[in-house]
Amino acid sequence: MDLYQELIIEHSKRPHRAGLRQPFEAEVHHVNPTCGDEVTVRVHVSGAGPDAVLEDVSYDALGCSISVASASIMAQEITGHPLRDAATTYAAVRSMLTSKGVDQGDEEVIGDGVALSGVARYPARVKCALLGWMALEDALAQAGHALRGSENRTQEGTS
Amino acid sequence: MTAPVTAEAFSSAEVARIRADVPILARTVREDRPLVYLDSGATSQKPGSVLDAEREWYERFNAAPHRGAHALSEEGTEAYESARLRIAAFVGAAHDEIVFTKNATEALNLVAYAFSNAATGGGGGSGERFRIGPGDEIVVTEMEHHANLIPWQELARRTGATLRWIGVRDDGRLELDGIENVVTERTKVVSFTHQSNVLGTITPVRRIAELAREAGAVSVLDACQSVPHMPVTVTELGVDLLAFSGHKMLGPMGVGALWGRAEVLDEMPVFLTGGSMIETVTMESATYAPVPQKFEAGVPNAAQAIGLAAACDYLTDLGMARVAAHEHLLTARILEGLAERPWVRVVGPTDLTERGGAVAFVVDGVHAHDVGQVLDHEGVAVRVGHHCAWPLHRRMGVTATTRVSVHAYNTVEEIDVFLAALDLVPAVFGVSTTGAGAR
Repeated sequence: MDLYQELIIEHSKRPHRAGLRQPFEAEVHHVNPTCGDEVTVRVHVSGAGPDAVLEDVSYDALGCSISVASASIMAQEITGHPLRDAATTYAAVRSMLTSKGVDQGDEEVIGDGVALSGVARYPARVKCALLGWMALEDALAQAGHALRGSENRTQEGTS
Repeated sequence: MTAPVTAEAFSSAEVARIRADVPILARTVREDRPLVYLDSGATSQKPGSVLDAEREWYERFNAAPHRGAHALSEEGTEAYESARLRIAAFVGAAHDEIVFTKNATEALNLVAYAFSNAATGGGGGSGERFRIGPGDEIVVTEMEHHANLIPWQELARRTGATLRWIGVRDDGRLELDGIENVVTERTKVVSFTHQSNVLGTITPVRRIAELAREAGAVSVLDACQSVPHMPVTVTELGVDLLAFSGHKMLGPMGVGALWGRAEVLDEMPVFLTGGSMIETVTMESATYAPVPQKFEAGVPNAAQAIGLAAACDYLTDLGMARVAAHEHLLTARILEGLAERPWVRVVGPTDLTERGGAVAFVVDGVHAHDVGQVLDHEGVAVRVGHHCAWPLHRRMGVTATTRVSVHAYNTVEEIDVFLAALDLVPAVFGVSTTGAGAR
């Protein structure tokens, strides 16, 4: 079935950059109460404002293949990048996941994230794919960084 | 309750007739695959007669029951009370021992709040047996649905009483060794499930109820997973109060019931207050109507109550002993099929002794959500997650399970479709089927 592309299975079986590491400025723990999936995310950021760099995103994900693969792809695509780029990637991933299949995702922007495009057609699973990202956004907020600008926060629906 | 299976399972022709009565079973899902509905433990599908009964209420009787003296109100009241009578008869109760609620969750909360109200001297109940406070104990089990756990956690918090529980063994049965140290003279209420919504385990109701009685505690049974699936005569179980839900027994959503022995309900303080549940009212205070009216504040869910009565009529026509026998047959096929697959592990009893038709399992190396997704793609609807029993999952050492659950309208062929769909799972996720990973 189209949901489980090879890339998703690979990421879920061998998640990239998994494990919790030092140093970090903030750590958060998020759960999906419907299934009990859990993720812990730590962020290590240097600098301030949009030019701040995501030096390390480390995580411990316990859950379905979609939630683990999504966390793995997230860490892979944004680690080492400026916050500005991470915000763009996040916005593009959210847009794809909440588009009900209309937005197939741009590999130039979200890299392996395009493998998650099939999730958008299964509303019950969108939450799984967003779990790690929501935790990242929260962790960054606690560390004093905004992953979403006010301009793209208003129009997005929740899954 | 759990007598040996004596009745006959339905023949193929009989199941075909039942299926023809339930319109939704004719639909397809996910690219025109026939729907294989194996999630009746969550909610059951409805025969046309139930839907007709709800519609008939609004087309012929719609008026506030027990209010007004016009023709519609009189007929509406009669229809509503006739529903109560038929539902009471279905579970072997007297008609004034059935209280309509929104669902079993509300019925259980009603009881928990009655205890709270007694603790503060409110609610108009006279019963010493509902008075609870510091030093008193509330007993549940580790296999409860959240609906029969959280109301008691909250009651303990409000009153200073202590929450205790009967544990669950590795085989999915209650730990009865040492139960006399859990249910003691300090126990004020023992609230437990008749059949686990996850494991399918049927609990020894009479024994636990007897222990509660000896301790002077009120016993409450969550019968959500038993009343829909087996013959239940409430007066034979030894419990004081019993909750069940309409939508799990072919009835509509939005209606459930609390049964109680008359003298227990009589002593029990009220929960929700307002119209219809009063005797007299002044600006300062009120006195309350007799049971069951004192527990039914506000205009009731009459259409749903009548729909539930139609469901009881339907199940009575099928014969609950035959429903149980049919589900027994399907459960045997499920357990056999899962046992043949070493990469699958059943969580809960693996034989048919004292168990109902809800079977939870894990595929080692694959998350339940992913198992459910593959099944769904083949048209097979199952439940995945913790099924509102998170502590039980933690106890069994799993984060989530896949659960199949059956009802009268399921066929042996559907179980085979489910098993065939399950066989697609290992390949999708690249896990071994040799049993190396199975525990």
